[in-house]
Amino acid sequence: MKDNKTIYAMYDDDMTLLAGAKELVAKGIYIRDVFSPFPIHGIDPVIGIKQTRLAICAFIYGLVGLSLALAGMYYFMIVDWPMNIGGKPNDFFYQNIPAFVPISFEFTVLLAAHGMALTYFIRNWTLPGVTARNPYPETTNDRFVMEIHPSDFGMSVEDLTEELQKTGTILIEER
Amino acid sequence: MHQEAAIREPLILGEKSYSQITDDVMASVVGKANRSWWIAIGIAAVMAAWGIGCILYLIGTGIGTWGLNKTVGWAWDITNFVWWVGIGHAGTLISAVLLLFRQKWRMAINRSAEAMTIFAVMMAAVWPGIHMGRIWLAYFVFPLPNQFGSLWVNFNSPLLWDVFAISTYFSVSLVFWYIGLIPDFATIRDKVTQVVPKKVYSLLAFGWTGNAKAWNRFEEISLVLAGLATPLVFSVHSIVSMDFATSVIPGWHTTIFPPYFVSGAVFSGFAMVQTLLIIMRKVMHLENYITIKHIEYMNIVIIVTGSIVGVAYLTELFISWYSGVEYEAYAFINRATGPYWWAYWAMMTCNVVSPQVFWFKKLRTSIGFTFFMSIVVNIGMWFERFVIIVTSLHRDYLPSSWTMFHPTFVDIGCFIGTIGIFFVLFLLFARFFPVLPLNELKTILKSSGEQYKNQPTTEEH
Repeated sequence: MKDNKTIYAMYDDDMTLLAGAKELVAKGIYIRDVFSPFPIHGIDPVIGIKQTRLAICAFIYGLVGLSLALAGMYYFMIVDWPMNIGGKPNDFFYQNIPAFVPISFEFTVLLAAHGMALTYFIRNWTLPGVTARNPYPETTNDRFVMEIHPSDFGMSVEDLTEELQKTGTILIEER
Repeated sequence: MHQEAAIREPLILGEKSYSQITDDVMASVVGKANRSWWIAIGIAAVMAAWGIGCILYLIGTGIGTWGLNKTVGWAWDITNFVWWVGIGHAGTLISAVLLLFRQKWRMAINRSAEAMTIFAVMMAAVWPGIHMGRIWLAYFVFPLPNQFGSLWVNFNSPLLWDVFAISTYFSVSLVFWYIGLIPDFATIRDKVTQVVPKKVYSLLAFGWTGNAKAWNRFEEISLVLAGLATPLVFSVHSIVSMDFATSVIPGWHTTIFPPYFVSGAVFSGFAMVQTLLIIMRKVMHLENYITIKHIEYMNIVIIVTGSIVGVAYLTELFISWYSGVEYEAYAFINRATGPYWWAYWAMMTCNVVSPQVFWFKKLRTSIGFTFFMSIVVNIGMWFERFVIIVTSLHRDYLPSSWTMFHPTFVDIGCFIGTIGIFFVLFLLFARFFPVLPLNELKTILKSSGEQYKNQPTTEEH
């Protein structure tokens, strides 16, 4: 029997869900998603979630910030309007690098942090005015829910329900 | 699951379940504010109103209404600026540095400490702003060509570094704090039943869903932002100290300033966290989450940073003599024995001597004594900045320009005003925001919660 049903299985403990997920995956059941009030450590490899690449983005944003800061200061202080400050002329970039370190650092952090945060908001689609998609309001409090589409791996709803019941779930719902 | 040694004291006391943590924190958000909250915010609002009045008078009339004179060109304004920035160091230290060191005790205190940081940095930013005199020209600090011609701001000046440092620190701390708040706003959104709060918290929660991938990203961004914020914390107060250290004023021209300012900042920041949390845990009944052990840990940080500050004071004093520079030596002799001796000795007593009493376990685990000490440390750290700024300036090279600084009512009003605004913001935070990080506390409930720790372990490993 194949249809586009979605099965939600609710648990009252993160460890029960994790153990259950391991058993279900071993039986070839594909778990689409897990909703929880806090990160369940160890769930990602079990249900096949890859490590996020946000950190790589942050590194690239940081490099952009560093380059912009150095290029900007080079233009402002060396090319456009060199100043003689306390007998220390601004003729060459390399002579001024020590004085440019603080702002280069700050600007690197500024762009890395804000770039990463914006990417995070957009990738998660958490933005002002967005409607939440968690299936049960309890999943932000003390309940843990698996989302399974039986059509993903061609199992009947009855068989899946039977398998789910063995894992200690407190509620199975078909939507 | 991670197991914790049985002898380590639990961080969450009592029989708590996941939903109980939610209920305990949400009690203040959904319930009615009690009388003490209204009294506190009333007093803070009066202070804030007086301060805003003084600030408007200052902007309208000019900074001549402060007690500044030709010799003492920086006094309470910059003292208050550095004091507030210093207080604003504990929050990010707790949330970033302690996250990198995997210190679980930070979880009960990081949310409110970060809120304190953000409000303190806002108050700090007021001071250079109003000190400009013509605040409507404040955009001059940005790298715009001067008068939109071709002369730029001076990138070799620590004052400009400060603009970049403070604005980066403020905005990154704010984003870090808000990213942590989103899942907790979602918890409140899904739990409240009244219509208006539900709408407001839905908006604040940005549509947080809490699926596995979102949590994966959440953990990654928390870690990377902590990694970025850690050097940021150290850079901000180092750069503030360079406002002084790169000048040629005896008493300011000191290479020890960056580490000395950073440890002083952490010292005063933790003291302010203690002041706020000791009241908050009592009023909001959070004794099971912010335990005596948390207070003791913070007092240990206060001993360590206080001792670093003490060593720095003594080193500075020794070097002023050892350097053989008469002007340096005079600046320090004048601090200790000149007309501002009382400020110097107040600083020494509050910052160097008094934190050492925390070596006694009985005192560092006493709530009343800790509260008293947190006030003492904050007074001491205010005096530290006053001593550095005013005593170094008031004896100029020419004895004919020697003078004293006398604060006017505007100086006092602006200072009291920033304290008032700070407390108004913090009290609003305590009333309407989740003051403990729910999602993080739930992750440590099983490893550090009291009833789980006392159970015999059923796991094989």
